[in-house]
Amino acid sequence: MLIISQMFLDEMIAHAIREYPLEACGLISGEKDLVKGFYKTRNDAASARIYTVNPLDYLKADRDAEKNGASIIGVVHSHTHSDAYPSPTDVVQAPDPAWHYILVSLKHIDPILRSFTIIDGNIVEESVVRLNC
Amino acid sequence: MAIEVRLPTVLRAAAGGQANVSVEGETIGEILKALAEDFPGLGTQVLSLDGSLHRFVNVYLNDDDVRYLDKLDTKVIEGDVVSILPAVAGGSC
Repeated sequence: MLIISQMFLDEMIAHAIREYPLEACGLISGEKDLVKGFYKTRNDAASARIYTVNPLDYLKADRDAEKNGASIIGVVHSHTHSDAYPSPTDVVQAPDPAWHYILVSLKHIDPILRSFTIIDGNIVEESVVRLNC
Repeated sequence: MAIEVRLPTVLRAAAGGQANVSVEGETIGEILKALAEDFPGLGTQVLSLDGSLHRFVNVYLNDDDVRYLDKLDTKVIEGDVVSILPAVAGGSC
């Protein structure tokens, strides 16, 4: 389960649209299932098909999260022409089994956002609980 | 000289749950080697079998990626902070 404010969800979708046609990426901070922050990061791959979170952006997000008593607990990225579901590349490169993996698909007119866990290569969709704040 | 090393969430379990550890060393290579000795579970996740930096790990000395400094030979001074971060990547293909 992912508990997240509607504001962060709106920011993630806006970031994905703004970066289109390239894939957008970002990081979330929080505690376990509760998201407390969203950090837009540069996609060093600058590609419509792959992303690489800029490591300095990651470092800055990590420091800010710690300053606020939180940790980085997941990554967000967009799929510009495919569904909001982890690709084989996403699964192979998933860095942390405790993380949440949020995908925003821009395949259709209305963006679709879904969240997953990826543990030992197994993809499991999790519910997204939206907070109105 | 003891240097503070910040660990990402994925590596903390191998360090007893600690987010920050203190390790002795004069260079990044010495620090990572000492880290691997103190916490054997961390060793293979940070360094390759040939002793080089693992390709899926980024190591920062303060705000600088050590790959753009002197890599494992990069010298550290008192007060420096070393941060280890996993490479975060993926894509739609």
